[in-house]
Amino acid sequence: MATEQSQRGLENGKGQRLARALGWFSHGLGLAQLIAPSDVARLIGVKDDDDNRALLRVVGVREIVAGFGILVRPRPAGWLWARVAGDAMDLTLLGAALTSDNAKRNRVAAATAAVAGITALDVLCATRLRSSRGATVGSAPQDDTRDVEKAITVNRPPEEVYGLWRDFENLPRFMLHLESVQVMGDGRSHWKAKAPAGRTVEWDAEIVDDRPNELITWRSLEGADVRNTGSVRFNPAPGGRGTEVRVKLQYDPPAGKLGASVAKLFGEEPNLQLREDLFRFKQVLETGEVVRSEGSLDGARLRQRPAQPPEDGTER
Amino acid sequence: MKATCWMGRNTVQVQEVPDPKILNARDAIVKITSTSICGSDLHLVDGYVPSMIKGDILGHEFMGEVVEVGKGVNNLSIGDRVVVPFPIACGACNACQNQAYSLCENSNPNAWMAEELWGHSTAGIFGYSHLTGGYAGGQAEYARVPFADVGPLKVPDGVTDEQALFLSDVLPTGYMGAEMCNIRPGDVVAVWGAGPVGQFAIVSAFLLGAERVIVIDRFPYRLQMARDKAGAETINYEETDVLDALKEMTGGRGPDACIDAAGLEAHGHGVAFAYDRAKQAAKLETDRPTALRQAIMACRNGGIVSIIGVYGGFVDKFPIGSVMNRSLTIKAGQTHVHRYMRPLLERIQNGEIDPTFIITHTLPLDQAPHGYEIFKHKQDNCEKVVLKA
Ligand SMILES: NC(=O)c1ccc[n+]([C@@H]2O[C@H](COP(=O)([O-])OP(=O)(O)OC[C@H]3O[C@@H](n4cnc5c(N)ncnc54)[C@H](O)[C@@H]3O)[C@@H](O)[C@H]2O)c1
Ligand SMILES: [Zn+2]
Ligand SMILES: [Zn+2]
Repeated sequence: MATEQSQRGLENGKGQRLARALGWFSHGLGLAQLIAPSDVARLIGVKDDDDNRALLRVVGVREIVAGFGILVRPRPAGWLWARVAGDAMDLTLLGAALTSDNAKRNRVAAATAAVAGITALDVLCATRLRSSRGATVGSAPQDDTRDVEKAITVNRPPEEVYGLWRDFENLPRFMLHLESVQVMGDGRSHWKAKAPAGRTVEWDAEIVDDRPNELITWRSLEGADVRNTGSVRFNPAPGGRGTEVRVKLQYDPPAGKLGASVAKLFGEEPNLQLREDLFRFKQVLETGEVVRSEGSLDGARLRQRPAQPPEDGTER
Repeated sequence: MKATCWMGRNTVQVQEVPDPKILNARDAIVKITSTSICGSDLHLVDGYVPSMIKGDILGHEFMGEVVEVGKGVNNLSIGDRVVVPFPIACGACNACQNQAYSLCENSNPNAWMAEELWGHSTAGIFGYSHLTGGYAGGQAEYARVPFADVGPLKVPDGVTDEQALFLSDVLPTGYMGAEMCNIRPGDVVAVWGAGPVGQFAIVSAFLLGAERVIVIDRFPYRLQMARDKAGAETINYEETDVLDALKEMTGGRGPDACIDAAGLEAHGHGVAFAYDRAKQAAKLETDRPTALRQAIMACRNGGIVSIIGVYGGFVDKFPIGSVMNRSLTIKAGQTHVHRYMRPLLERIQNGEIDPTFIITHTLPLDQAPHGYEIFKHKQDNCEKVVLKA
């Protein structure tokens, strides 16, 4: 398991570097095609007329868009597939140039080969990133200890925002993976979280620091299924916009089978999970409860049902 | 109940589905009397807005009678007649408190999806993909209305369904499109698209003091409606070069403000149009900005381009150089409907606006698929379809 993971990490690192290089290649090629279509036309051997120049401009713009996507996304597999599609379009265009009379066939053939080569790289790179990221979008790197950090602004005064969080028994209202939190006194609490296949993981936690309306930090105690620490900070937002809430979590998924289910528990996307929890926390404070739609009955989930009223008895 | 469902690209069916129920304390259930089909629905049906799921109930323009209220709703009673704004807004977040209701920070349970595509999320919208919440829509016999204490507007007895229905969307949308133009005395406003949104943009531009309004489309019956009912001058872009004509009509200056009321499926011709269609089909761009490009190029130096036609994702060949070098201002948005419903209702009541002129077809809910067909293909001189539940 560990070796498999580090192997994947390595592959993925290569994939990332390759992706970045392709991003710049896309940018460079795109800009050249856009700014100097005649030069590019001459270079690849198609007739330098209005139509071909326009065509190359078109291709140039597409290269820039794909390049942009590759450079700004942390895990750009989707964008790479756009590049592959773009490459296919170029190959078709070049194929058309090959069969036309006025093209200098050798150069077109060379350009075709070059684009075909890049296509192969794109496919390789997209497949590598795809295989390491599952079926979801925009995931974050998965290390062994996980650090997750998110912020949200809530349009309520710090006292109120702090108050809702400080009573840990409230947390399961908006942290959907928690089954219950029981406050035991002495700054101690007992946490129970849902794990896949009907399992639960449990731990005791203690408050490490508690500054009313400003900060709460906690950590799990000896014997926890999942060792974890967390902090939440409350700062007044500027201009009377309420309270900025910043949460930091760090946890160590244990090794073995349990580790795998804990990884699932915190989601393939720990960042997304925390973001959603905070989103619901804000909803509870600002609107009184978690907002539900027909498509997301429990108020934000990756799996959607059709936007139709639920059958009787299936509300949750 | 019966509901109009999205069953796949280009497939709309009226189906039997469960009745809605209260899911949140601030919900109400409305028994729908009138609902309509919008240009935005066409974008969904034509498959340009991602995240639709087979079975999704369509429709975001509707009104009817309150038949049930959740325990958190104190301002509505059973039997009230209401018209419902299409964006869903909580009334309590920073955006809502700034009256930017279509940017409500709490009403889109699928905010994460919108964040992936747009960077930040917008409000939830009835019957408008999972990207904006996955809410069941209003082309049905009943609908659940979240935040019923914030959105629905009570309709006074003397006002008919036909007069009130468009307060849910297209009337406020046309109005906001014109309001974003900061119209000053003497201004000439140009509007791309003579659909319902375009017609109301024309009417509103005049109400806000425009000297002249010029509308651009290719359907003679729509242009005629704009001339006869809304008082606009018209350009048929299939017969005339739009940029030349607009320069000529404005003494070479260009319109002071340009409103894009056509949106992401804008039509066009020539190589550029073929290019956009091909790229859209290959998913290399999501939107086809032919009208928007033209609106930008046409606008006078220092003028305003107001975008109320819907765009979903990315466009190519966006003339940013024209925007930057000529000091243009771009304003845009899904309409903050709640902000405009009351004042526009007053204008309807005192006779300043008669929104009923756009209605060309009234059909029973059962015939929604036929309504979509004629509205989409602009058949039978269709301008706006109202469905009666
Ligand atoms: N901002 C909002 O909140 C909001 C609300 C409602 C509708 N909309 C959007 O407004 C747009 C119009 O809606 P509608 O109900 O009037 O739809 P519609 O389909 O009836 O009207 C669109 C019109 O634009 C015309 N058109 C197409 N290409 C054109 C071009 N290149 N130049 C000039 N005109 C062109 C069409 O011929 C048609 O008459 C849609 O994109 C819709 O999604 C936005
Ligand atoms: Zn609409
Ligand atoms: Zn809000």
